[in-house]
Amino acid sequence: MSGDSVTWIELQKESDPMDFSKKVSHLSSSFLSGKTLDLNFRLKQLKALLRLYEENNGKILEALHKDMRKSELEAYLYEVTLMKNDCRDAIQLLKSWAKPKFLKRNWLVLADEAWIEKVPFGVVLVIGTWNYPFQLTLVPMCGAIAAGNCVIIKPSEISSYSAAVMAELIPKYLDRDCYQVVLGGPEETEKLLEEKFDYIFYTGSMKIGKKIHAAANKYLTPVTLELGGKSPVFVDDTVNYAMTARRIMWGKCMNMGQTCVAPDYILCSKKVEIELIKEMKITLQEWYGSDSKKATDLSRIGHKRHFERLKMFLSNSGSIALGGGIDESELWIEPTILVNVKPMDPIMQEEIFGPILPIVTINSPDEAIKFINARPHPLCLYIFSEVKCLQEQMKNMTQSGTAVINDTIVQFAIDELPFGGIGESGMGYYHGKFSFDTFTHQKGVVERNFSFLADKVGVFRYPPYTERKINFISFLMGHWKKFKIVYFDYIPYFLCFLLGIVLVILVQYFL
Amino acid sequence: MAAVQQQQMISRARAAFKSGKTLPLSFRIKQLKNMIRFLDECGDEILDSLRQDLRKSKMEATLFEIEVMRSDFNHLIRNLKSYAKGDKLPTNLMSFEDSASIKRDPYGLVLVLGAWNYAFSLSLQPLAGAIAAGNCVILKPSECSPKSAATMARLIPKYLDNECYHVYEAELEDTKLLLTNHFDYIFATGSIGMGKSVLAAAAPNLTPVTLELGGKSPTYIDETSDLEITVKRVLWGKFTNLGQTCIAPDYILCSKKVEKEFLKAASKVVTEWYGDNSRKSPDLARIVNDRNFNRLKSILDKTKGRVVFGGETDQKERWVSPTVLVDVLTDDAAMEEEIFGPILPILTVNSPDEAIEFILSRPKPLALYIFSKQEKVVQTFLDRTSSGGVCVNDVIWQAANEGLPFGGVGGSGMGSYHGSFSFDTFSHKKAVLHRGFSKMSENMSSGRYPPYTDKNLSFFRTVMRNLHRFQLTYGQVVSHIMAVGVGVVIFYLMQTLTL
Repeated sequence: MSGDSVTWIELQKESDPMDFSKKVSHLSSSFLSGKTLDLNFRLKQLKALLRLYEENNGKILEALHKDMRKSELEAYLYEVTLMKNDCRDAIQLLKSWAKPKFLKRNWLVLADEAWIEKVPFGVVLVIGTWNYPFQLTLVPMCGAIAAGNCVIIKPSEISSYSAAVMAELIPKYLDRDCYQVVLGGPEETEKLLEEKFDYIFYTGSMKIGKKIHAAANKYLTPVTLELGGKSPVFVDDTVNYAMTARRIMWGKCMNMGQTCVAPDYILCSKKVEIELIKEMKITLQEWYGSDSKKATDLSRIGHKRHFERLKMFLSNSGSIALGGGIDESELWIEPTILVNVKPMDPIMQEEIFGPILPIVTINSPDEAIKFINARPHPLCLYIFSEVKCLQEQMKNMTQSGTAVINDTIVQFAIDELPFGGIGESGMGYYHGKFSFDTFTHQKGVVERNFSFLADKVGVFRYPPYTERKINFISFLMGHWKKFKIVYFDYIPYFLCFLLGIVLVILVQYFL
Repeated sequence: MAAVQQQQMISRARAAFKSGKTLPLSFRIKQLKNMIRFLDECGDEILDSLRQDLRKSKMEATLFEIEVMRSDFNHLIRNLKSYAKGDKLPTNLMSFEDSASIKRDPYGLVLVLGAWNYAFSLSLQPLAGAIAAGNCVILKPSECSPKSAATMARLIPKYLDNECYHVYEAELEDTKLLLTNHFDYIFATGSIGMGKSVLAAAAPNLTPVTLELGGKSPTYIDETSDLEITVKRVLWGKFTNLGQTCIAPDYILCSKKVEKEFLKAASKVVTEWYGDNSRKSPDLARIVNDRNFNRLKSILDKTKGRVVFGGETDQKERWVSPTVLVDVLTDDAAMEEEIFGPILPILTVNSPDEAIEFILSRPKPLALYIFSKQEKVVQTFLDRTSSGGVCVNDVIWQAANEGLPFGGVGGSGMGSYHGSFSFDTFSHKKAVLHRGFSKMSENMSSGRYPPYTDKNLSFFRTVMRNLHRFQLTYGQVVSHIMAVGVGVVIFYLMQTLTL
């Protein structure tokens, strides 16, 4: 790796803000040339992106380890594999995602055609973040590419090794006229946001999300903001405590709790709290041994400022029931459970984003619902209960980006589900087809013609206006739907019906 | 005073939403049916308000306000159950006890800012969409159409639940104050300036918005189009509501040859429709207020183009006659911003490519109109340009199709509505995953737990790579097999009965 250490240093230099206008204008020209509209061009880029993932596993895993001491399994499964799956889906499904959606015809205007075309926005800016630096930057980028946009990505400067790898590799695999990487911190990002983008996709904190939104407004640029918040976990006494403890701790300990969809805090009764802590103790021992600092499966806190923030929670909120160990030199915090946490405690005022799990006592599901609804809408709501009507009640009476019953985090990996927040946890969605839809504008198209019939239907709209015309067109508008041609949908079933008859005839003939 | 009134209104609406009142579909359908009753019972008041605000003719008011709303409300009522039920994802064999679905949740408290040019429909269609999705709503109709706003404020509360839905009349200053409050969604129709104010107000609260703005909708006409029909369609789109339609054809791009034919037909059509003195025609509306009238007069004063017909104005009546301008250059006064009036400039282009380059050099419009019989030309425009919507060989028609999303892109807006797109706009797609505690369920997924081993890594890598292969879309397969079965059973029965 010694040859590469020179590369790390060079590439960590921030991009020159003087270049930003030129970069954006260059990509804008590329977009206007129509290059990215061609599906084959996009497929070529996506296949190159997939090759980037496949050929650089080692580099990616090493960067993640350098940035946050991420374990190989977590780096491989929750970054690389998710990225590869996402890219493969895009390659396989691009043609079906991109094809126009034709609407059913109407007898009254038989020759008219109406359809919805998926049109890219133009130049898209993707601003990444540091906790899953590759995945949270390149999965949106993949969606934007699939949708036919030109893209600039700005990886987080906090995960600097990962940013350097992206800056090195993207130009080697993707068309430089259409896709670029910009490196830098808050100042560079602010400068970049002075340029006109056609779409901005941001993952990160709510505070910065508001700034991004405000900057985008100058040009009426639409945005998707993937933010965060405190994802509550409700647990009642009907659950399997061992499984529940494992599923919650898995979500909490992954990436040291630095996951936007991590279970943030628990709401349960004292009785459940006792059972859960018992099981969590067993679980942590089983997973990490008696000295979890030595476990290679646990990563580290992303940066010092973040560590300081988390350290404070250990002394100013509730009391420690499990864990509590820290090591500043390694930015290490032991997986910790806090009890006797009050709603006004500092740890309950912001997203934790660390391996500390406070438990707040509530005495009924209604109290839990009230508690959740009194706070900003979370990115995820986790409900652990075997009681179906309680699951429904919690799901229906609260608002959250996503909801999971009896597990944590796993919804993130299901591409057919939209991933996004509501209220302070964000706006917009992505993953799978939702990424493609996010980065395209749905353009409604009607194609009419000059035929006699087409004109006859429309001629009544012209002045001079008469009562007769009003009545006739009102009638048409009121009954328009009745003339929709729907029988095409039923033809396959009708054919199967005939097939059934044919089968009986054949069977009878041969018997 | 206004601040207190606003706070009270917002508190009531939020309390109503919190109570869960708007969640049952039966409640929402009842409200939508009452909206239809409002149209049935208050038709005269609606027509009268529109006549007073804009001198809108009965035909335009009936068709492009009342009937359009009726159609939209009925569509929502008919389809609400299927929209609201969300989507259930196909089961995956690897986790067949799990179920994944997408639930449609309302946002909460929605603010709808109406516009004045189609004062009722541009306020009540978004209102209906927000109601259908289960939100509580504050509707602030445009103060530029005061009679219509007053009618809505007076009558809507008689038809809709007064805790959940509020119609708030206010001037510009109080509207700005209203926007300082926290809403869960804002839907606004209006100018670009208004759009930017709404966004600036929404950003600190991270409120998502839909903005239906406008822009200059270009109309390209080539020699292959049937000019007789083209002229009628374009002029109908231009002079309806005296040009005050967000998707009116704003300007024409064509060759000099086409322009000559166009003008010949156009003056005949205008006379046929509006008589020799179009000011006397009852079918032409008036400009909504002095500010807009002065803006249009200024275009006529400053334009370096030539007036072929029209060009008359009357301050008292706020009348601008149907006008066509030729020899208009790209930097003309008529080409600076959306005209939103009955002035139709014609710019000369000598090829489709020239037209496309011109369109690309300007902000993305809300609509693009292409009049041509050449499939290749039409396709080039569709491929190379971006606009909110497109209509080929007609104008405005794309807004009447409920299956199409109606909305802008870039400077012409963000988001869309009409039909299912209204429901989508006003609801949040909540991903829901339901897992179980069975032993099998746990065994399948326990490899994710530490201590991490290479064996577990390999296993999960394989599972995650191949997850999609185990997707069961059994719904479709089962229904087709059932159809075969039905064929067998019916034929067998027929045989038995005839023997």
